[in-house]
Amino acid sequence: MYDPTVARLTYRALLGRRRALILGALPLLLIVISVVVRGLAGADDQTASDLLGGLALATMVPIIGVIAGTGAIGPEIDDGSVVYLLSKPLKRPTIIFTKLIVAIGVTMVFSALPTLIAGFILNGNGQQIAVAYTVAALVASIAYASMFLLLGTVSRHAVVLGLVYALVWEALFGSLVSGARTLSVQQWSLAVAHKVAGGDLVTSDVGLTTAVVLLVVVTVLATWYAGQKLRSLTLAGEE
Amino acid sequence: MTTLSIDHVSRWFGNVVAVNDVTMTIGPGVTGLLGPNGAGKSTLINMMGGFLAPSTGTVTLDGEQVWRNEQIYKHIGVVPEREAMYDFLTGREFVVANAELHGLGDKAAQKALATVEMEYAQDRKISTYSKGMRQRVKMASALVHNPSLLLLDEPFNGMDPRQRMQLMDLLRKMGDEGRTVLFSSHILEEVEQLAWHIEVVVAGRHAASGDFRKIRRLMTDRPHRYLVRSSDDRALAAALIADPSTSGIEVDLAEGALRVQAVDFGRFTALLPRVARDHGIRLLTVSPSDESLESVFSYLVAA
Repeated sequence: MYDPTVARLTYRALLGRRRALILGALPLLLIVISVVVRGLAGADDQTASDLLGGLALATMVPIIGVIAGTGAIGPEIDDGSVVYLLSKPLKRPTIIFTKLIVAIGVTMVFSALPTLIAGFILNGNGQQIAVAYTVAALVASIAYASMFLLLGTVSRHAVVLGLVYALVWEALFGSLVSGARTLSVQQWSLAVAHKVAGGDLVTSDVGLTTAVVLLVVVTVLATWYAGQKLRSLTLAGEE
Repeated sequence: MTTLSIDHVSRWFGNVVAVNDVTMTIGPGVTGLLGPNGAGKSTLINMMGGFLAPSTGTVTLDGEQVWRNEQIYKHIGVVPEREAMYDFLTGREFVVANAELHGLGDKAAQKALATVEMEYAQDRKISTYSKGMRQRVKMASALVHNPSLLLLDEPFNGMDPRQRMQLMDLLRKMGDEGRTVLFSSHILEEVEQLAWHIEVVVAGRHAASGDFRKIRRLMTDRPHRYLVRSSDDRALAAALIADPSTSGIEVDLAEGALRVQAVDFGRFTALLPRVARDHGIRLLTVSPSDESLESVFSYLVAA
């Protein structure tokens, strides 16, 4: 199911100079803001929770997920270099699964790790807030990476669609329409975080069981469907 | 012995028919797939390579379906037309990766790099390569698993004459070894120099198939048309029509020129200047009016 060569090609493409800069910029911003907030306001659990929930989990994780998930396959399909993977006796689901593992890994490193660091800077992991949001970021990384990898496989406009989902659906509709919150990776991962932190600082609109079921279903379905789409991927000629 | 069979294959994109009911069999040796730009060559090669499903018909390699059959790539090497190829890798890293994806190692990669004579630049990033170097590294990646069928889409595009010759030698060698090599081209001379057998595709249809010399004769023996201006058009017309190499002449008053149709290309080109000199006529313009590849192809389709 996992091919180390596909993995190597994927992470080297993902961590190419320009993309690595974009991937690194947001986590750096989060950490800088955390240092400034801690310096100005001191250690405060509520502030820590607001910042990690609003900036890290709601904005940074999905954006990193979009970059890593779509970037793991989209550019190769766009420029046609995916032909070098497709012209090999490799099962298509193996290609997708390997790329998913890399995308998840990159999303976790660039979103969950900085969330943990920012949490410790903000309130020294008081009330387990840093760990809870880190767990949420880890869980969300898996779901986002699989969703955006699928988008990268099926659409040439994957980055735009991904950003629309992440920023418009999750951030905007999520705050206005309660129904939208049920169908939000962010809320599902918050349900897991709530379990870790306990208390009222980290809350979710979705129950833990529902959240876990939906996370698993979305991840598995997206990965399976991406494998199917890659099996019948058509490489158009230049004519 | 590897035989690729294309059986009543059509492919359409929406309302556009790109390939129309093509049937052909490609056997060992070098076969040229010839046709003008937009004739459907790439669509056909993509179907042969299993990257595109035929709308109807089947493509099989020694009886095995090509579409949706990953295992077939143990026998197929593909050199795509598109340039993109993991530019951030070095040539060696790229070929090694291709070998690994076939379950092979460094040794196979080195052998393939040696075959295309790219060892000298193997440690440079692909992004620094010239077009010809890229083409050779692509070849190495396609040869790494010693495939019995090699598919190349417009492999000579953008190559300089020396690189072109090197690649031709290499492909000829592959054909001599008994591999089935198919390359597409829209340039007659390329196909003439390399292919033992050609398949001509025009406007999505299979227009001709067979030995190159036979088809080339059809191409050179076709009537050639010339536009000729001279100091005395009518006297020249009278002198030319007396020779059997000329089958018709029209005096185009609007253009102020003669439209000459010649049936024997070699004889006519020798005749024209001689006749003009003998009659004291000055030739002002002699230009072929149907030398475009499309007209050659459309003649072939009609033949």
